[in-house]
Amino acid sequence: MWTAPIIISAISAVLAFAIAIIDGIVNNYADVTISINEGQKTLSVKGGSPLLSSLATKGVFVPSACGGKGSCGACKVKVLSDIGPHLPTELPFMSPEEIKDNIRLSCQVKLKSDIRIRLPEELFSVRQLNCTVESLKDVTYDIKELRIRLPKNATIDFKAGQYLQLVIPPYQEIKESAQRAYSISSKPSDKNSLEFLIRLVPNGIATTYVHRELKEKQPISVIGPFGDFCLRDTDADMFCVAGGSGMAPIRSILLDMYEKKINHRTVWYFFGARSRRDLFYLNEFRELERLWPCFHFVPALSEPLPDDRWEGETGLITQVLDTYMKKNPDPSKSKEGYLCGSPGMINACVKVMIANGIPENEIYFDKFA
Amino acid sequence: MTPDVHPLTLLIASVFTNNILLSLFLGMCSFISISKDLKASNGLGMAVTLVLTITTLINWMVYHWVIVPFELDYLRYIVFIIVIAAIVQVLEMVIERVSPTLYRGLGIFLPLITVNCAIMGVSLFMQLRNYDLLQSAFFGAGSGLGWWLAIVLLAAIRQRIEKNPIPAGLKGAGITLITIGIIGMAFLGFAGMLKVQ
Ligand SMILES: Cc1cc2nc3c(=O)[nH]c(=O)nc-3n(C[C@H](O)[C@H](O)[C@H](O)COP(=O)(O)OP(=O)(O)OC[C@H]3O[C@@H](n4cnc5c(N)ncnc54)[C@H](O)[C@@H]3O)c2cc1C
Ligand code: FES
Repeated sequence: MWTAPIIISAISAVLAFAIAIIDGIVNNYADVTISINEGQKTLSVKGGSPLLSSLATKGVFVPSACGGKGSCGACKVKVLSDIGPHLPTELPFMSPEEIKDNIRLSCQVKLKSDIRIRLPEELFSVRQLNCTVESLKDVTYDIKELRIRLPKNATIDFKAGQYLQLVIPPYQEIKESAQRAYSISSKPSDKNSLEFLIRLVPNGIATTYVHRELKEKQPISVIGPFGDFCLRDTDADMFCVAGGSGMAPIRSILLDMYEKKINHRTVWYFFGARSRRDLFYLNEFRELERLWPCFHFVPALSEPLPDDRWEGETGLITQVLDTYMKKNPDPSKSKEGYLCGSPGMINACVKVMIANGIPENEIYFDKFA
Repeated sequence: MTPDVHPLTLLIASVFTNNILLSLFLGMCSFISISKDLKASNGLGMAVTLVLTITTLINWMVYHWVIVPFELDYLRYIVFIIVIAAIVQVLEMVIERVSPTLYRGLGIFLPLITVNCAIMGVSLFMQLRNYDLLQSAFFGAGSGLGWWLAIVLLAAIRQRIEKNPIPAGLKGAGITLITIGIIGMAFLGFAGMLKVQ
């Protein structure tokens, strides 16, 4: 009787062993070279791993909001060599043009032989920095301001509006490290510290970690900077709309403009929130409005509570935006839109802006999706 | 008792007179779906032949050297399928490494060979008919070649009738099954040429 389980286990063990050995032999890849931008940079890495992580081992960081699981679509890279057709895991993220251009998800492409790829040059300045938490404060009931300090002697160069990826280590029942994008809310001249505004997402991996696990003085790694949600160098009037944690990149852009004494553009910032408890940094922006005459700050509540004793604007942020744009029409001035927040809010605001004469290609946004 | 058949006869027989697909209708699902495409059919036929030859051999050894001595005959289904799954796994790794093009052409059907009933069927016939090691090897290889031949034949025919006017209700699987039936009948012409059982 005892023989059956033992024999079955023994057979399975032998087969598993054989598979492991053959796997070791077959998947023992030789070194391959990755040639970036026609030889601008050549890396030699061990084959057999995904392109994304192979690049990361050599200090080239392609954006990846999901950490290589193939679920965010952020890690797109143009591949010049023929590495075969797109995999089923890549297709959901690709438009027909991207498929034709051989844009690939670098976390899904396994390196088997030499490969030539194209990367935007900005990515070469992307680094991983091992920072420490300087402070972690509640700014509302669900948004924390995280301030981190760069390693000694390290500085960071970024453009206002860009984001970094926070590396979330495994914690509690989360067994795998994750990466999530967070916009920098501090100004670029602050080169030794970085600030973020992080809103708690129920059951969210990264935000739960930041809100519940992370403490002052703890280490935290960031990768970046990434993104092209930045100030365009024009003379157009600016209409910025952002609520909640979407304020982060806008704040960085505005503080940067004030510091650089950009005084010839009229700048509007519409800060939408539900009720008083969702508002934060009011005093800071009112102070900025006082110091910087071309800047106008418009906080608006969509559902003010009686206790709020709110005397400012009320209504949905789209309505408030519409009213202000209609009230101050200046056809002689060109206008630009800067939006940040949830896809729903952004889409609604884009419609209002187009209706009020901002060309669609001059509306810039960062979707926190 | 081991039947008194020359291994080579067995090989020829399992290709023509006792074609596993056309006389026993085993391994139909991938047969019907892949035969749309001649190139993929060829690749799959090759893979099935390889898997059949290897699994029949290994299953013979496992059966006669492990299962029989320990009197575990009732476990043969499980053991056979474990062996088949492992072989397919290995084959998948090797093909991915050696020929990425073939690997991509076969796609999901490569791992699905595991559940191709022709593979399991041949292992069970091999045991049921008491073939010895050499006979089993030729029987496995022959059945594989027979499967390969059948799928390539069907794929070629399907390619030719693709543009023909076919009654709406018979399009797709319907006409394919009829085609298979006719090929099966044609193969019946070989029957009686060789006696294997
Ligand atoms: C460029 C960029 C900048 C960003 N900047 C900021 C910022 O400054 N501040 C900030 O707070 N956030 C920002 N985000 C959002 C942030 O990256 C995370 O997505 C967010 O914080 C949630 O992470 P999490 O790990 O806590 O949640 P996750 O564990 O990823 O998921 C949280 C919950 O949401 C659900 N969910 C996740 N993604 C989706 C989806 N696409 N559709 C439907 N449900 C989903 C999950 O099922 C889960 O229940 C930014 C995003 C991008 C792309
Ligand atoms: S890293 Fe998220 S899809 Fe590749």
